[in-house]
Amino acid sequence: MTIIPEAMRNEPTPEEVRASQVYLQWSLSQDEYEMICQHLNRLPNYTETGLFAAMWSEHCSYKKSKPVLRKFWSQNERVVQGPGEGAGVLDIGDNQAVVFKAESHNHPSAVEPYQGAATGVGGIIRDIFSMGAQPIAILDSLRFGELHHNTTKHLLNGIVSGIADYGNSLGIPTVGGDVMFDATYQQNPIVNAMAVGLLNQADLHVGKAEGIGNRILYVGAKTGRDGIHGATFASSDFDSSTDQNRSAVQVGDPFLEKLLMDTTIKAIHIFGAAIVGVQDMGAAGLVSSSAEMAGKAGNGIHLNLNQVPQRETNLTPYELMLSESQERMLMVVQADHVAEVAQLFTDADLAAVDIGEVTADGRYRLDFDGVEVANIDVQYLITPPKQNQKQQVPARLTAEADPEFVPELTDVTATFKDLLAQSTIASKAEIFKHYDCSVRTDTVIKPGGDAALVRIKNTRKVLAMTTDVNGRYVYLNPQVGGQLAVAEAARNIVATGATPIGITDCLNFGDPDDPEIYYELAQSCAGINEMAQKLNTPIISGNVSLYNETDGQAIYPTPIIGMVGLLENIDHATTINFKNADDLIYLIGTVRPDFNGSELQKLVTGKISGQLKSLDLNIEKQHQQLVLKGIEDQLINSAHDVAEGGVAVTLAEMAFKTPFGCQVQADFAASWYFAESPSLFVVTVRPEHQADFELLARTQAHLLGKVTADTKLELTGSDQTIKVNQAVAQKLYEESIKCQLNQ
Amino acid sequence: MKAAVIQFPGSNCDLDMLNALQLFGVEAQIVSHKATSLAGYDAIFLPGGFSFGDYLRCGAIARFSPIMTAVTTAAAAGKLIVGVCNGFQILTEAGLLPGQLMMNETPGFICAEVPITVINQQSQFTNQYQQATITLPVAHGEGRYYADEATIAQLEANHQVIFRYQTNVNGSAEQIAGIVNEKGNVLGMMPHPERAVEAIIGNIDGQDFFRSILN
Repeated sequence: MTIIPEAMRNEPTPEEVRASQVYLQWSLSQDEYEMICQHLNRLPNYTETGLFAAMWSEHCSYKKSKPVLRKFWSQNERVVQGPGEGAGVLDIGDNQAVVFKAESHNHPSAVEPYQGAATGVGGIIRDIFSMGAQPIAILDSLRFGELHHNTTKHLLNGIVSGIADYGNSLGIPTVGGDVMFDATYQQNPIVNAMAVGLLNQADLHVGKAEGIGNRILYVGAKTGRDGIHGATFASSDFDSSTDQNRSAVQVGDPFLEKLLMDTTIKAIHIFGAAIVGVQDMGAAGLVSSSAEMAGKAGNGIHLNLNQVPQRETNLTPYELMLSESQERMLMVVQADHVAEVAQLFTDADLAAVDIGEVTADGRYRLDFDGVEVANIDVQYLITPPKQNQKQQVPARLTAEADPEFVPELTDVTATFKDLLAQSTIASKAEIFKHYDCSVRTDTVIKPGGDAALVRIKNTRKVLAMTTDVNGRYVYLNPQVGGQLAVAEAARNIVATGATPIGITDCLNFGDPDDPEIYYELAQSCAGINEMAQKLNTPIISGNVSLYNETDGQAIYPTPIIGMVGLLENIDHATTINFKNADDLIYLIGTVRPDFNGSELQKLVTGKISGQLKSLDLNIEKQHQQLVLKGIEDQLINSAHDVAEGGVAVTLAEMAFKTPFGCQVQADFAASWYFAESPSLFVVTVRPEHQADFELLARTQAHLLGKVTADTKLELTGSDQTIKVNQAVAQKLYEESIKCQLNQ
Repeated sequence: MKAAVIQFPGSNCDLDMLNALQLFGVEAQIVSHKATSLAGYDAIFLPGGFSFGDYLRCGAIARFSPIMTAVTTAAAAGKLIVGVCNGFQILTEAGLLPGQLMMNETPGFICAEVPITVINQQSQFTNQYQQATITLPVAHGEGRYYADEATIAQLEANHQVIFRYQTNVNGSAEQIAGIVNEKGNVLGMMPHPERAVEAIIGNIDGQDFFRSILN
């Protein structure tokens, strides 16, 4: 009989695992368990069952979303590294590359907002520097329930502090992101963090356990019992009647991460190819990082778990493998360099221990107290059974179309003021002030513009970055909503003068086993893909967060788009603000009565409904190209994309923080100033450039009016005029969130 | 001029300070917190960040770093010592400057560009400022300057208050943003002049700070 190590004496035997069906609690289905038994030709022990549950969870394996993700277009002339690694990599010239990815931390943030959000930032930053890149910026895309709710205030304060404390301490600026509020997110807030890094292409490292006999080096924090089964926890729904998930949340230490980041980058610079592979220990910790690295290289791996640095006593193999303790990395290092690499980390007071080796047998083998506690085929472990998810068009989309929402506004000025104070439209400065946006001294456009701009020192280049999606649009029409998300992100990039070059995504949806939810996922991704190809912005990385539901009520489908753009000439960086009195104001594109899903509809009717009109992908692209050319030719001196709240809000935001107002006139009804039509920009042009600009724009731009030296905002339609003093408007816009938070 | 920028574990404005100094032609180098000598340096900069994570009182652990003995010696020898943000916190913890930096009056980190008055335009750190009102970035959660009344009175009487916020940024006593020691060679300030030296990132009001040091 095999000797059972002391720490494991209380564990269920393989027979007891089968009898108790404990794996069901870990979201491993009965069918899957039986498949495993058949494959192994024996019962898996407790540890092995845990490994399968983690590796076959949606969070690690994307087993349910994969059929959709596989269709994403991810190759063009810039792509150095597409999906499947820590982060995607795009060539930006001069042997440099930009590295970026977004990741969700919705489930932990709902349970423990501060640590949930903080560790979300920590995880995405590790994904960037594991590639050998220096992280240079963070963006956060947040969705909350209505702000008047006390739960929302609690979540918002915790999440924002968590992001701030972690990112600020690391010294990586938080430069942008987006925040929206809707009752759909009341029980399921969305916390998506995106990180961007700069890479010298020679330093590129990926997570592969190549080279038989190479050593597995564990570096960073020690392992504790925190976050065990975080991955399976993120792969199930919430039930509001229980509150027992707190132990699945991890605790972050940004100081350790700062040391780990600096030392990992330094190690890659010094040792280059002697460091064969690097991977973050993220979801499902040690098992996921080691199995994936071995699997990608087609090799086996053999670990001695007694070597794993531990900060608690009597950790079992099961706990060691599934712990999601933060600030840990796994490296594959050539045997003759292990000691030197480890020394670099121990000099920085970080743990660095050789815990095993790359093997030729293709097996995943774990030893503990001299006993083999797992022996599984690596490829089998990392390949969950194919899933065929059913799709069904949601009832709301096939039902008799709701009548078109036609706003009947008796006082458009009053409506405009109300819109400016809507949480989703109002200034987010009250949130962003907590984030250090200027450390590293590269931030050219700070939060509050269309996209953030971060320059690359010692070059003329600037990177633009943004996050976007309006879940209401995706809810009303998943495919068009997906297209709109990419289009709006791209317009934000373009308005700064930068060319969009690539996308990362975070797909936040409800339960994928609900055919209607799966339809939303598949269709919105199809829309994202169509627009991405049209704009030549490959989807190079991403993350999926499913099961965002509570008591059977799913969030609006919310596929967040993180986009990066490249501006080759820093002198062309363009902001949204008006620049001079008498500059001409042009509208690029045509306003239509697009009110379904709009902020106006929400304001007036309290909900959203109706059909979403389609958009012309070619026109979208043409308008973006026009703005880019206009900026490059130095004809356009400010540009702003039109989004929630329509042209009216766009104009107001351009006037805020300037000594100017505007006077514009259009031949449509004044309410159309609030329409959320696609493919629109507002730009300003010096009067002396009028002829040149109009020649360039032809019929695509319409002269709306001009920037005025006084501070009145005057927007005239065919029936009424919106008239408001800029200072009054700005006060409503700037104080709304603060007032609501302090109530 | 030869300058040292001290790197504590958790410093994160060290490279920004180094860049700013180099922009003004200063021969500047990063020096580890474990070093024990600062011989040969004319000026020593303690940068911003979160030294040792600042999980205890800010700067409370950093001040025990080996380098701090050399910093104290350099201060006594009349070398220029500059502590910005976390550096200011470390200098007060080390007793090289009076008072203390506490949690902001309204708890929470603040990142903003704030109007500041250069109170003393004669100091070694401000003698090139032509105008009294400038704007500088602040980025801190524990920047509320506190000292007892007698100390504040003494600071004011000796013209040791160098910078004052024009608005109530963090609840600091007398809206103090930066002070020097009695001898005038050790400066601590919460605002970040090193983030305000290039027009492209939106602020050049820190330039005269570096020009003053070089003067």
